[in-house]
This record gives sequence, C-alpha cells and structure tokens, in this order.
Amino acid sequence: MNRDMLIIGGHEFNSRFILGSGKYSLNLIEAAIKDAGAQIITLAVRRANTKEQENILDFIPKGITLLPNTSGARNAEEAVRIARLARELGCGNFVKVEIMRDSKYLLPDNQETVKATEILANDGFIVMPYMYPDLNIARDLVNAGAATIMPLAAPIGSNKGLATKDFIQILIDEIDLPIIVDAGIGKPSQACEAMEMGAAAVMANTALATAGNLPLMASAFRQAIEAGRSAYLSGLGRVLTRGASASDPLTGFLRD
Amino acid sequence: MENRFFVDSKHLSPEALKKKHQLETDPSSRKNHMEYLPWMEKIESDVCKNVMEQMNSFDCLKYTKKDVKTALEHETCTIEDFKALLSPAAEPFLEQMAKRARLETSKHFGNTVYLFTPLYIANYCENYCVYCGFNCYNRINRMKLSMEQIEKEMKVISDSGMEEILILTGESRAQSDIKYIGEACRLARKYFRMVGLEIYPVNTDEYKYLHECGADYVTVFQETYDEKKYEQLHLLGAKRVWPYRFDAQERALMGGMRGVAFSALLGLSDFRKDALASALHVYFLQRKYPHAEMSLSCPRLRPIINNSGINPLDVHEKQLCQIICAYRIFLPFVGITVSSRESAQFRNGIVKIAATKVSAGVSTGIGDHESKYSGRESDGQQGDEQFEIDDNRSLDKMYKDISDEGLQPVLNDYLYV
Repeated sequence: MNRDMLIIGGHEFNSRFILGSGKYSLNLIEAAIKDAGAQIITLAVRRANTKEQENILDFIPKGITLLPNTSGARNAEEAVRIARLARELGCGNFVKVEIMRDSKYLLPDNQETVKATEILANDGFIVMPYMYPDLNIARDLVNAGAATIMPLAAPIGSNKGLATKDFIQILIDEIDLPIIVDAGIGKPSQACEAMEMGAAAVMANTALATAGNLPLMASAFRQAIEAGRSAYLSGLGRVLTRGASASDPLTGFLRD
Repeated sequence: MENRFFVDSKHLSPEALKKKHQLETDPSSRKNHMEYLPWMEKIESDVCKNVMEQMNSFDCLKYTKKDVKTALEHETCTIEDFKALLSPAAEPFLEQMAKRARLETSKHFGNTVYLFTPLYIANYCENYCVYCGFNCYNRINRMKLSMEQIEKEMKVISDSGMEEILILTGESRAQSDIKYIGEACRLARKYFRMVGLEIYPVNTDEYKYLHECGADYVTVFQETYDEKKYEQLHLLGAKRVWPYRFDAQERALMGGMRGVAFSALLGLSDFRKDALASALHVYFLQRKYPHAEMSLSCPRLRPIINNSGINPLDVHEKQLCQIICAYRIFLPFVGITVSSRESAQFRNGIVKIAATKVSAGVSTGIGDHESKYSGRESDGQQGDEQFEIDDNRSLDKMYKDISDEGLQPVLNDYLYV
C-alpha cells in the first residue's frame, strides 16, 4: 500500500502538522516535534535575527525542515529581501511568504503576495504563500509558481477556527496544489475538521502556545490531524440534508 | 496634595530668576502654546480633532457597574466600553479586567516579553517643563556625548547582550541637532538590531533622514493631552507648542518609520482623560496608517534632582494597573511598555497581565553605563539623570526573573528592511 505522504516542492513529509511561528518558546518547539510529530517548523526570520544566547536556530534538531517566513514584510520587495536573507542564514530554500500591511489583524496582502511568489519561485525558492482564501488569487499563485497554497482559517491568534470554511473548501476542490490551512485554528477539533475537508496539512501556533499543558495539547493536535486525514481518505459517508431523503425518487419517471 | 514643581536654584542670575518667576506667575508672559513656530511643519490631519472631541466629552463619573460588566462581556471593545473600563466604576472589577487583559495579551503576544534599554546621549534642554529634571532652569551637570563616547557606551551595552536600544536626548535642537542624532543612529546600527528614538519632535523630512540613518521607531510623549494644563506646565521653549507635538507620530510615519509610541505622563493632569486620549491617539492613527506598528507607554511622574517632592498624585499602582488593562482590552494588538520608573514587583506582575516590553540595565544619566554596568569608577565626566528610576535590574537579572515567571524574554524580533 502506498504511504500517505505530504509532498511539497518535491520533498516528502509524514507529518501533516506544521508549527507556525509567532509565539515562541523553546518548550513549544520541543512539544511540537516530540508530541505533535511536526517535521516542519516555521521560523520568523526577524526573530532569528539575533545574537542572543537562546537563538531559535540552535534549538531546531537535525532532520526538521525549517520554514522561514517573511513576517515584518509590508510589500513584495521587502518579502523578497527577507527570503533572500533567510537563505543566506542557511535556512534552505523553503519560504513562507507573509506580507501584511495591517498591524491590527495581520491580514495578508494577496496582491503583493502574488508578486513576491513569482519573484521567489523564479529564484529557486519553494514558495508557500500565506493568503486570504480567494480562488482567483489562488490560481494566480499557482501560475506564479507556488508550491502550496496557505489560506487563513481566521485572523492570526484568534483561535476562532474555520471562519472561512466555505472558501477554503473551494480552494481544496479547485486547486491541484496542497492546501495547508493556516492561522486561526484554535483547537484540535477544528484541525480535524480541516483535514476531513481535504486540507493537506494544518499549521498552528497560538493554540499550542497558550495551552495549559503543552505536550498534551500537542499530542491532541497530532491525533486530531491523523483522524481527520483518515476520515478524508476513507471517504466521508453520505451527509443527509435537512428533512432526510425523499422516499419517492425524483427521477423515478425515467424509463430507459 | 498638589505637586510643588517650582524650585529656584541659587545659581541662577537675578535676571534669569526674574524671568523664571514671571513665566511661572504671569501667563501673559508666555508664548501662545497653540501657535506653530516658523520652522514647524503643519500637516493636514483630523486625528487631533477626533481625539479631542472624545476626550473633552468624557465624563468618567457617568459610567456604572453595569456599563463595566457590559464592556467586559463584549468581544470587541468599543470606545464607549473603553471609557467605562477607565472609569472609577471599573475599579472593583480590576481582577476581571486583568484576566481578560491576560487572555488578549496571550492571543497576540503569547508569553513573550521584549527587552530594551535606553541610552541618553545628551541632557541639554531649551525648555522649561516644570516637572522635568532636564529643564533649563534646573541646575544639573549638563553633558553631550561625543561620537567616541557614544560608541563606548554602546559597546558596553551591547556586550551585556542587549539588542534593542532607545536613543534619547534632552530637547535642544541647538545642542543635539538632527545630524548629531543621525550619526548616533548610524553607530547604533552597528551594535544593535533595533534602534528607536525618543527626541524632540521634528519635521517629516528630518524623520526621513533619521530613518535612513537606521532608526525605525519614534517615541514622543505628549505629557498631557489637556492643552490648558500643558500650557501651565511647559512654560518656555519649542516644546511649548502643543499641536506640533501632537502630530509628531504622524510625521514620523510619513517619514517612513515602521512604528511609533505614545504616552501621557500620568499624574500631570486628569489621568483618566489622558489615558483615554493616549489610546485614542493610537486608535485613530492606526485607522489612517494600518501598516504601522504602535505601542503605548504608561509612565507616572517621578522625583527629580533638586525636587524630591514630585509624585504621581492620585495614580496609585491600582489605577495604573487599571489603565494598562483597559489599554490591552481596547487595543489588543499594541505593544505596552512599562519603564523602570516602576518597581520590580509591579513590573514582574504586569508582564504577566498586559505589558509586552520592559527596559533593563537602565540609566537616565549621561555617559555612565560603564560605571553602572561594571562597577568601575568612570574616568570621565557624567551628566545628571532625568528622573529617579525605581527598578535597577541588569539585563541578566531581568532575563532570569522573566524566565522564572514562565515567560519568554525576547531580545530581538525585528529586521530593518
């Protein structure tokens, strides 16, 4: 039987949980790897831009893929510069493009994201753009050379879950690249739901970072994501519409 | 008890004393504080009007316990909710406010606390602000560091592990001109990841120049948003021009700065009105410049050299905590800085609720980092401090204390792009 792998830019991963960046603690990274099974860990380049004794880079074990992000970028040009800096720092070719010109909700700027994705993809990066779920923009990102599409479920840090569920479903249905649900996932049940919908992976940070028992929450996420994935692969059963199904089929009159 | 601000130095000449007394007692001897000086840039902005309308109509006594409860139940805090949270009616709800504030802080900042240190490079001042240790009539040791001295100070601070610095001067264009400050910023970029400025307000093109020199954040304290009270406290000098100061943050953003910081000096006037205006200054400017990063400081008045009687009046720790919690609930995304004016105990407590940034290894004097950091006697001259600090913990101690509280100290989360 074929193993169910997540493939991004030709790289294979067993795990479908990605640790987001933002609220960092070294305990969080440890729990994400050990208990949530994360193989990809996002790293804010601006946060790694430090000489401090506890540099995050030193705490990422070998075998874990670093996903530097461009947080702090306010336009495509700044994102490109930050991505190139990440490569110089030895973070590899993966990059999560994040462009915000809103400090309140931290919502991504879709147009600038398309521009940055094109430049970076042409430059050999494996580009994972964070975006507001819009089908037309997602198609533009595919054409620009994105490796995945990362729509937000809800505003970052809000723990509100799949507020954009219907639009993410459209992306899953229409886009051939892996759709990784990012931002706003507040609890394991929401991660499970995203996976049942057919998302390729889920990214979370705040939900773990603010949990009372970090390792336990991390393992809950792992199980939820695995359960959702299995449900998706097994093919969800029939969902009855309100009022149940009609007993007399509407097409019963057809004769041949 | 009213603060007693006026202190006469016996070193002042009779003419100087005469002028000082005239300024203090005869309002007609002072310049119009609402009138721009010729070199001051005037920008088109409705932010000030919006803030003042809200502040002037704010009657903190009209809010009831019911208003406070309603405010705490709302998912999004409106301006009216915020006013209720600032009112005396909210005082019995301080614990609930703190819980809500902590939740908002953790959603937006997790468990991180940023560390920085200020570096005063000059204490010359051309203004007579009656509560400030640097005021031009106060007899203190004045000093302006040379570039070599600045670099030496920066090395000492950088060696301690600090990565973010806030460069400060007294407010004297003549003694500390833009070029001097710009050169200090260029030096700072060599030693620090993040360079902020807290200097006299300047024009947009000057902010642009300072940004190009490496500064990316600008802090300006409005002191008090009550312009009539402001007039009585800032008796002489360019700082007296209230509206030019108000628009400083907007000019800084127009000049390309990434972020700006705001504050009233609590204890100068009605602190509830000043807290309301400070937060609304952020609120309205954020709507106009949504990309900008914003933060609030919450300083209270402190004693100064030659006047140990200055105190923050009715702003006790409880009131300060109430203000900070209200800020956090109303503006969950903004940074909140609590300076070394406050005690170690207060700062340890407030970082667990709402503060996201604290200073460490602080001196508000000039050129004394080496002696303070190493304990060695300094061989050079030192300039006197702006005010007395309370929490004198070093970076190492602060780092450890924050870690021990279960929080994550962060020395840098910033890239200059």
